[in-house]
Amino acid sequence: MNTQKSIVRISDDALALALGADKLAAAFEKAGASVERVSSWGMHWLEPLVEIDGIGYGNAVPGDVAAILAGTAPSIGRIEEHPFIAGQQRLTFARAGKTRPLSLEDYAATGGWVGLEKAKQMAADEIVQEVTASGLRGRGGAGFPAGIKWDTVRKARSDQKYIVCNADEGDSGTFADRMVMEGDPYMLIEGMAIAGLAVGADKGYVYIRSEYPHAIAKMHAAARHCAHIIAPFSVEIRVGAGAYVCGEETSLLNSIEGRRGEVRAKPPLPALKGLFGKPTVINNLLTLAAIPWIMNKGGKAYADYGMGRSRGTIPVQIAGNVKYGGLYETAFGIPLGDLVETIGGGTASGRPVRAAQVGGPLGAYVPVEQFHLPFDYEAFAAVDALIGHAGITVFDDSVDMAKMARFALEFCAAESCGKCTPCRLGSTRGVEVMDQIIAGREVEKNLGLIEDLSDTMKFGSLCALGGFTPYPVMSAIKYFPEDFKHRDFTRETERAGEDA
Amino acid sequence: MTYQPQADFGTPESRSTEQVTLTIDGRPVTVPAGTSVMRAAAEIECSIPKLCATDSLESFGSCRLCLVEIDGRRGTPASCTTPAENGMVVHTQTPHLQKLRKGVMELYISDHPLDCLTCAANGDCELQEQAGAVGLRDVRYPVEATHLGQAKDQSNPYFDFDPSKCIACSRCIRACDEVQGTLALTMQGRGFDSKISPGLASENFMSSECVSCGACVQACPTATLVEKNVVEIGTPDRSVVTTCAYCGVGCTFRAEMRGEQLVRMVPWKDGKANHGHSCVKGRFAWGYAQHAERITKPMIRDRIDQPWREVSWEEALGFAAARFTAIKADYGAGALGGITSSRCTNEETYLVQKLVRAGFGSNNVDTCARVCHSPTGYGLNKTFGTSAGTQDFDSVDDSDVILVIGANPTDAHPVFGSHMKRRLRGLDGRPAAKLIVIDPRRTDLVRSPHIEADHHLALRPGTNVAVLTAMAHVIVTEGLADEAFIRERCDWEEYQDWAEFVSLPTNSPENLSVVTQVPAETLRAAARLYANGGNAAIYYGLGVTEHSQGSSTVIAIANLAMATGNIGRRGVGVNPLRGQNNVQGSCDMGSFPHELPGYRHISNAETRALFEKDWGVTLHPEPGLRIPNMLDAAVDGTFRALYVQGEDILQSDPNTHHVAAGLAAMDCVIVHDLFLNETANYAHVFLPGSSFLEKDGTFTNAERRIQLVRKVMTPVNGMADWEVTQALANAMGFGWNYTHPSEIMDEIARLTPSFAGVSFDRLDKEGSLQWPVNDAAPDGSPIMHVDGFVRGKGKFVVTDYIPTEEKTGPRFPLLLTTGRILSQYNVGAQTRRTENSMWHGEDRLEIHPIDAEDRGIRTDDWVKLASRAGETTLRALVTDRVAPGVVYTTFHHPDTQANVVTTDFSDWATNCPEYKVTAVQVGASNGPTDWQRDYDEQARQSRRIATIEAEAAE
Repeated sequence: MNTQKSIVRISDDALALALGADKLAAAFEKAGASVERVSSWGMHWLEPLVEIDGIGYGNAVPGDVAAILAGTAPSIGRIEEHPFIAGQQRLTFARAGKTRPLSLEDYAATGGWVGLEKAKQMAADEIVQEVTASGLRGRGGAGFPAGIKWDTVRKARSDQKYIVCNADEGDSGTFADRMVMEGDPYMLIEGMAIAGLAVGADKGYVYIRSEYPHAIAKMHAAARHCAHIIAPFSVEIRVGAGAYVCGEETSLLNSIEGRRGEVRAKPPLPALKGLFGKPTVINNLLTLAAIPWIMNKGGKAYADYGMGRSRGTIPVQIAGNVKYGGLYETAFGIPLGDLVETIGGGTASGRPVRAAQVGGPLGAYVPVEQFHLPFDYEAFAAVDALIGHAGITVFDDSVDMAKMARFALEFCAAESCGKCTPCRLGSTRGVEVMDQIIAGREVEKNLGLIEDLSDTMKFGSLCALGGFTPYPVMSAIKYFPEDFKHRDFTRETERAGEDA
Repeated sequence: MTYQPQADFGTPESRSTEQVTLTIDGRPVTVPAGTSVMRAAAEIECSIPKLCATDSLESFGSCRLCLVEIDGRRGTPASCTTPAENGMVVHTQTPHLQKLRKGVMELYISDHPLDCLTCAANGDCELQEQAGAVGLRDVRYPVEATHLGQAKDQSNPYFDFDPSKCIACSRCIRACDEVQGTLALTMQGRGFDSKISPGLASENFMSSECVSCGACVQACPTATLVEKNVVEIGTPDRSVVTTCAYCGVGCTFRAEMRGEQLVRMVPWKDGKANHGHSCVKGRFAWGYAQHAERITKPMIRDRIDQPWREVSWEEALGFAAARFTAIKADYGAGALGGITSSRCTNEETYLVQKLVRAGFGSNNVDTCARVCHSPTGYGLNKTFGTSAGTQDFDSVDDSDVILVIGANPTDAHPVFGSHMKRRLRGLDGRPAAKLIVIDPRRTDLVRSPHIEADHHLALRPGTNVAVLTAMAHVIVTEGLADEAFIRERCDWEEYQDWAEFVSLPTNSPENLSVVTQVPAETLRAAARLYANGGNAAIYYGLGVTEHSQGSSTVIAIANLAMATGNIGRRGVGVNPLRGQNNVQGSCDMGSFPHELPGYRHISNAETRALFEKDWGVTLHPEPGLRIPNMLDAAVDGTFRALYVQGEDILQSDPNTHHVAAGLAAMDCVIVHDLFLNETANYAHVFLPGSSFLEKDGTFTNAERRIQLVRKVMTPVNGMADWEVTQALANAMGFGWNYTHPSEIMDEIARLTPSFAGVSFDRLDKEGSLQWPVNDAAPDGSPIMHVDGFVRGKGKFVVTDYIPTEEKTGPRFPLLLTTGRILSQYNVGAQTRRTENSMWHGEDRLEIHPIDAEDRGIRTDDWVKLASRAGETTLRALVTDRVAPGVVYTTFHHPDTQANVVTTDFSDWATNCPEYKVTAVQVGASNGPTDWQRDYDEQARQSRRIATIEAEAAE
């Protein structure tokens, strides 16, 4: 053993904490080790993951401490060489697992603030040009080019403008925003400060869902620690109150303003009349988090990644019934099947994969036959699917797709703000119709009704909550008609028996 | 005919001057930029289905019925939220749109009670209409969850709330926010659970912040919010546009009728004073016109201790004429007089003063403006040359700074108060106007939801002049005066005298703060804001005029406006908020003893000659008696007969004891009114009056806007008031023969230069005219003094602060000031006879917690309020709205008789009583005072009406 004591690195990410990382860290300290709490590598199935001198020890428990320190415990080898990590192109998550989240030293030592410093030397329109050149599109799901949005705000005349970061990460199976806030908060703030320079805004808000207490605490601390670096720009942290719809940008703005979290009609666009009626850049967290790299390495370098009109990298979040769940950042273009079957290792249950829902609870169910689809906005849109926030939820062959369709509508009913009629009433009516279908009553007629309702909701809804609910519903009906039309009631009864 | 509401264009009008041209369903249409596609379509009578849109509210985009297709755009944008653009090609009806609309409507109807035939909105329901428009024929959903069967909220006396019929369009919530500015309504819950709620979920409309303005009822597309009258009677079948008879805002309404029955009053969207808004009084509190206490038959009696005797019109008029003629013969014309009413029409007021001047032969005519805005007439005439406000209401849209002094617009002028609040909130998208409030009390404008005054100068009552002089001191000494304006428009010498005076160190805010109790820094900041803040407008009310220095204060206000160049364009000016519907008009019509119509002095031989020629009489060249002088003369025995039209001087004039003594001394008092008011207790002849619903005529509001009052029903007393005055004149042998009020207006126009261009025909066609209307201003004058002051050069007048003689001392240590409340109107003769009393059933004494604590007084305790003049009792309300040392009450209820307490002090120039400052003491009490008990008994005795038939049978 070296005379210089090695440092034990354990993540303090919420997922690691949930799996006992604090107790583990305490055990190491008790054993005399010097422990550093770092961000997570994003290999969730291995947490708590212990790193000593680059070597990883997965799923560690306090009882393993002695063996790990003695070097006798089984390791996963060098973490950076693990296939899950080695196969990625980590630009936004370059620091994941490597730095102490709130350490300004660590941040500066790993290229932090370089982008901001460069931006300070540039004219506002040059910054916007760089972002435009990168081809960066909004990572919230809509995929709107960030450069164009910024340019609209830059050109708007106003005494006050704002940068708003949408960190209301509410999609089931997504966690990339949380990992950035908990693992690399300065990067996000740097991205916002650069946006401020680009459009002439001196005030930024980060809107974080209340279910992320660790992220909220880290962001508060980070905003405090780096205030002198980003000044005159300043960042304020705002916490949501538990409404999914507040992830919709205009509801989010209303929520920050202290109003009811209700969707606003567009136009006016938030870029012209946003927060408190002022021109506002509202971007998804991952969009803003990509900015420091782009400014540091250049828009062109970023655009070199990806395919078609989807440029750069996308942090894919693999979750659900999957063996190797975690954060996988990669250039656009990777086939969906590779992410599910190869990288994700198939289902955790060991049963065959039946479908993957991509893009959160309002994303389409993609059947295995379409797993060749490349991860690309246009390719997904062409088959009525969406990438959304790039969450993938994997299901095995025991899934009841009629119940999943019902769940989508139920989710919409629970989360609807109630402003527009298709979503407010349609979601509840949809659940009622799905109940008829599941019970086998007038299935053909009711499927026709669901189709009409889906059309009303898709084209009539004010925002994506009502407008996208038809995607999981209609994709489930389209690709898995047998779960709707010829339901196996014996299986239904068996399940009921099991439940009892 | 079926019910026809006013056309609804869906979204508000755009004010842009830029025009855009687009094509809608193959037809070109050109509209101002910023107009929605929905409104553009409505302009060419293409009605895109809609439910959440209405043209009084900003677009909202929630119902999703108004979707359209636009060439080159994805999806189906909502036409209400999509601005029209040049070259846009819009399709409003395609198979896909048809299907979508049906789909949306099917969802609505799946959650709506299908009781259309028995629904109050049947025939006036937008949901019903749109279900027809989109061709919905079937609801296919297997419905389980609904909102049907919820309990109604019937707590409001005028409208019901039935949540089962609600389609959650939020129009009511938005109306409460955008139109009224009270923000009483909200949406509880979300998604399917969304439910309209007044305030908290535990509240109903009556217990909430709701002020019952009716904007939500007006906005509701279904029967969810509906007038109780419509529930009771049914939908109206015709409507007549007329003008409200309450405050000086002059709202116009559609009186919606079925036969001769008034179903409801709906604010008229084209009304230039109210733009489709209303308050609880005008919208709902008109039931007094049909109240059981209304007297519909003439009555007479020889002595006031006798019961009244109902008689025919001939007998009553003959009795009155004989007495007046006899008194004139015995005591001379000077023993006769009349009081005109600010509630009656211009034509009626004109006739009363004509009867006094041309018939009685004296100039003893006065009006209730004596007790409210006479100092306005004096002060503004002196400085600017006209006795009226300088702006129209819409001028406030261009104000950057609003200074409110001695006025409480959200209570007393609520519709304009709401208008002002929109500007103060910047709802028009421009930076919100700044606000300075000078008021001893924390009114709602000082702080209420979304409103906060930048500076509140909580001055000690009675120190208005000192505060304004200190402001002038700051403006002059800090070099903030607009010298270029002053040199061009005003008399420079007079300005210099004035500037020298206000610059004296004794007039500094620091020095005067001792008397005003306004911190010098606050005052300096307010003065700087007024002078430097852009367009600055002053709005004032009776808190300015009803003081011993009322006229001085008006002059001081005018001085400030001139010194800062805030006169002669939109957004600025000096704006008296007139108390009564036609107080401007009654002053214009020559109601003051010294002035003929059009503010021309009676001593001017040329003017007199004009009238003498037209009237065929000789006029007395000397001014007649003012009301207080008439009462003094009555006590002295030289004034003996009075004709009072539509005014209750016993309740409204100061020092009630003195008024009562004066009236009791007269030989013949004619009261011409709807009710046996307090003054009628001392009358010998009662001539039943007619309400504003029962006559034709005109009212002139606070912005000099002349608007038609239209008869919507036959007078229950048989005659309109102008007919009664004419009948009295003819009973006295004057031979008048007007057949319609339009002929009276023609006479006014003929004799009054500022009314030269006014006629009923023009008013009917153009809706309204703002005087002066003459060759120089053929279409009227929204803004006055545009190119120069009417009097020539604006006149600066030095206003020295002279403290009122009404002083606090050990016996009377507190200062009483008085005011109004939203739901009641003046002496309450009208509003007390409506359900409005549910909001304000009695006058309360507001007292600061410290003063209350010193006296052991708690809220709801009976307290005695005593001054040097008299005492009364009422219940206390402990609140920090008033400053320590100040108490406040309203004067709406005769059993309180606040004017028993007020004193004889009055404005030095006009005798306007000093209602706003009385030194008082407050103490615990067991109940009514002796005076109140005696008064009640006297009133009860005096109001007896003999039942003639019954007596004859005995």
